[in-house]
Amino acid sequence: MENINKVNRRNFLKLSALSGGGLVLGFNWSSCNSPKDVTPIRTMPKEWFDINAFLKIGDNGLVTIYSPNPEIGQNIKTSMPMIVAEELDVKWEDVMVEQAGLNTEWYSRQVAGGSQSIRHGWTSLRMAGATAKRMLVNAAAKQWEIDPSECSVSDGMISNGKGESLGFGEVAKVASNMDVPNEEDITLKETKDYKIIGTPRGNVDMEDIITGKPLFGMDTKREGMMYAAVLRAPAFGQKLVSVDDTEALKVAGVQKVVKMQIPQRQQFKGEQVMLDKVAVVANSTWAAMKGKKALVAVWENASPGENTTNHKVALNKLTESKAKEAVRLDGDPDKAFAEADEVIERTYESPFLPHNCMEPMNFFANVTDEKVELVGPIQTPEWTRGRVAGMLNLIEEHDPEDEDAAKAARDKAFAKIDLQMTRMGGGFGRRLYGDFALEAVQASKEVKAPVQVVWTREDDMTAGTYRPAVHYKIRAAIKDNKITGYHLIEAAVNGNMWSALADGFPASGIANYKCDNHSFESNVSTGAWRAPYTNFLASAEQSFLDEVAQKTGQDAVQMRLDILEKAKEVYDAHTKLEEEIEDEETLKEAKKDLMSKGNYEPDRFIAAIKMAADKGGWGNAPRGTHLGFSAFYSHNTYVAQVAQVKVVDNVPKVEKVVCVVDCGIVINPLAATNLIQGGVIDGIGHSMFGDFTFENGQPAMNNFNNYRLIRMNEAPQIEVHYVDNGKSPTGLGEPTLPPAGAAIANAFHSATGVRMYNQPYVKDNKVLG
Amino acid sequence: MATYNLNINGKMQTVEAESDTPILWVLRDTVGLVGTKYGCGIAQCGTCTIHIDGQAMRSCIIPVSSVEGKKITTIEGLSADASHPLQEAWREHDVPQCGYCQAGQIMNAAALLSNNSNPSDEDIDNSMRGNICRCGTYNRIKAAIKTAAGNG
Repeated sequence: MENINKVNRRNFLKLSALSGGGLVLGFNWSSCNSPKDVTPIRTMPKEWFDINAFLKIGDNGLVTIYSPNPEIGQNIKTSMPMIVAEELDVKWEDVMVEQAGLNTEWYSRQVAGGSQSIRHGWTSLRMAGATAKRMLVNAAAKQWEIDPSECSVSDGMISNGKGESLGFGEVAKVASNMDVPNEEDITLKETKDYKIIGTPRGNVDMEDIITGKPLFGMDTKREGMMYAAVLRAPAFGQKLVSVDDTEALKVAGVQKVVKMQIPQRQQFKGEQVMLDKVAVVANSTWAAMKGKKALVAVWENASPGENTTNHKVALNKLTESKAKEAVRLDGDPDKAFAEADEVIERTYESPFLPHNCMEPMNFFANVTDEKVELVGPIQTPEWTRGRVAGMLNLIEEHDPEDEDAAKAARDKAFAKIDLQMTRMGGGFGRRLYGDFALEAVQASKEVKAPVQVVWTREDDMTAGTYRPAVHYKIRAAIKDNKITGYHLIEAAVNGNMWSALADGFPASGIANYKCDNHSFESNVSTGAWRAPYTNFLASAEQSFLDEVAQKTGQDAVQMRLDILEKAKEVYDAHTKLEEEIEDEETLKEAKKDLMSKGNYEPDRFIAAIKMAADKGGWGNAPRGTHLGFSAFYSHNTYVAQVAQVKVVDNVPKVEKVVCVVDCGIVINPLAATNLIQGGVIDGIGHSMFGDFTFENGQPAMNNFNNYRLIRMNEAPQIEVHYVDNGKSPTGLGEPTLPPAGAAIANAFHSATGVRMYNQPYVKDNKVLG
Repeated sequence: MATYNLNINGKMQTVEAESDTPILWVLRDTVGLVGTKYGCGIAQCGTCTIHIDGQAMRSCIIPVSSVEGKKITTIEGLSADASHPLQEAWREHDVPQCGYCQAGQIMNAAALLSNNSNPSDEDIDNSMRGNICRCGTYNRIKAAIKTAAGNG
């Protein structure tokens, strides 16, 4: 049995407050898509019994499972409860799902980010289900006066081996008053016994989505709620000189105009800046938006406005400059390059990218002296709550040295804040940054009323927290047609990967390796954008390797496999020592002369690549088509892709991408495949069309008439395959995106002989080289 | 403010609104039908698609003053019991990811199918290219439209 991480016992406290309904945002039957031959329980119970933080059981056997993490379209609201239901051993058709609110006492890591929700939740979700099942069994055994070990459970029924059985609903009341079992007494199911995990289950919010029920942050309505549109500086680096609200206040429906200062943390610099904003509060969204347009504001530069042309020059200069210290250094790259037959060196450029969630930023806040009510789409509820508490000065003064006093002060402040998460119309990293929530809080505080802040699309695109522009220079030393040295140089606006990914492939597979990075400090706000750090690194690296393979006469797939075989030698040498030596110091000493491992398991990467080559028909392109290969490991998941391109009227068109994924156990293949297809299409769309530029600090694009997103006629078919290895599950929100850019670039090259070095590949309807 | 008598999902409703208010915001803020979504405000993304006299229209740019006497249909009124062939197909294919654009996608596809009961892939591409799905569920939207049309 696998090692079970320690589960926070507080998660299993009995929770009388939970059934009150105040913490809950509506429920959904999971059984909407249930097979026709299943008859689910369709009546509400008379009474609910709280078993633990993750679930309650009704007296009729109906089960409510709380989904703790924010839902941004990654389908976590279906897949997390599936894991709980599996170990509880209940029919999925008898489960209802509710979104839990922020509760750091009961749940850990209520974050949507880094594709980590399933990976981190895997153990605690199973333990929650299995612990509840054990309590129900204990209750039944008590009634039968037998030992719990004599009971068996299936589909919400407990049997005693003598032909008697009790439904969960019949023992729920007793179970809810029983002691929480010890973790050591809990046995988790074996993979082969799964009945829910690994089976296709429909989205629990399907009915609400296809009938237009209130579901998203934008749909929030409260008694007396006002709407606010917020004016922000038109260019980065500006501060407000003056604002004339005369005309705005004349707009019918406009109630008040409020000047605000909102703290904003710069992601990669860590510092907090105060931004000037002006909120127009009205009795309708339209009046607020019109009122905002009628404001006459004067802004001045607090720091110089920046230009895209200058960014490019600066980043290219940085890729040429000497780095202070390599973030990873193996062997002797300088020597390898000096002795090379040939050095291949290429530079790759990418622009800033806005997130463009279809649901623009918005948030609801109702700030009173007694409490702060927050409702809305947020990927980081816990962090946001802390920032709200800070901005409102809710944390009472305490001795900063005294940890207990600090915690007590925080707890007291947080008890005043209730934060409910709505389903999000996309996140992609933008909703990690709760600036919009802080705006709603400040506006509500100022006008002393419940307020919903609604961003226009133009606000959303021009007041972003962008994927920073990044340039890579990659050099390979070639000797006897093999790569003997590899040098990766990053130059990014406000930093990008720092040292985080210097250990990624091909590190540990090439004897002489070096990774340097440089940062250009900018006043444009930058941050995480779907697959941060790697969304462009993968395009550069995988395009480069394709070119190296071509120039050295190697097969592009075989060359990657050869590098991975070398990495495997390193990896296996580490594993051998780890198995042989227990003492940490001795182990460290023994590993002294070994090259550091990469951040990936070579065997798993090799398997995914081989499967993709097989499924994608590598080496056997259908007549008239051209293939491109790309593979990348990120966010703990292995992905390999074969893109198929056809040239129509001299223009290459991506027809299909075969995508192989190793994410371990697939919780819900129906949703997983959807997410994978979307990730690949997103990766293709942004590498082909994504372009975002600045002039004097002002974004040159502000809506979908001048910013191009991929549309249906440009989206290829995505064929998905999974590596079936039974490993613990990992996330899917991000890892299929990074390799897509190079998969199509390499296929374009195969079709046209033209290499793509700069994104976007398509500009003004022309494919750029 | 002016008074407008609107036929929304087969029901006559009287609303008070400024004449230039897009019907999108009247539906959402005044009538309380929030199924129709705001995406861009300039008819570029299709998220706000509704039917006006059976035609797919972008509600974010149509002022309330221009829709009196016309039949307005929103996602809430597409079918009485969520049984429109497209809603059935959306369930079958588990189309949505985040779900925000899907009402607009369904409303646009419904207008397509009422004009062309047997659309080709190209027909689907041409009539759906005005609807952005930021999550990239295009493969499933197309498959679901074909299923609803009976040629999936």
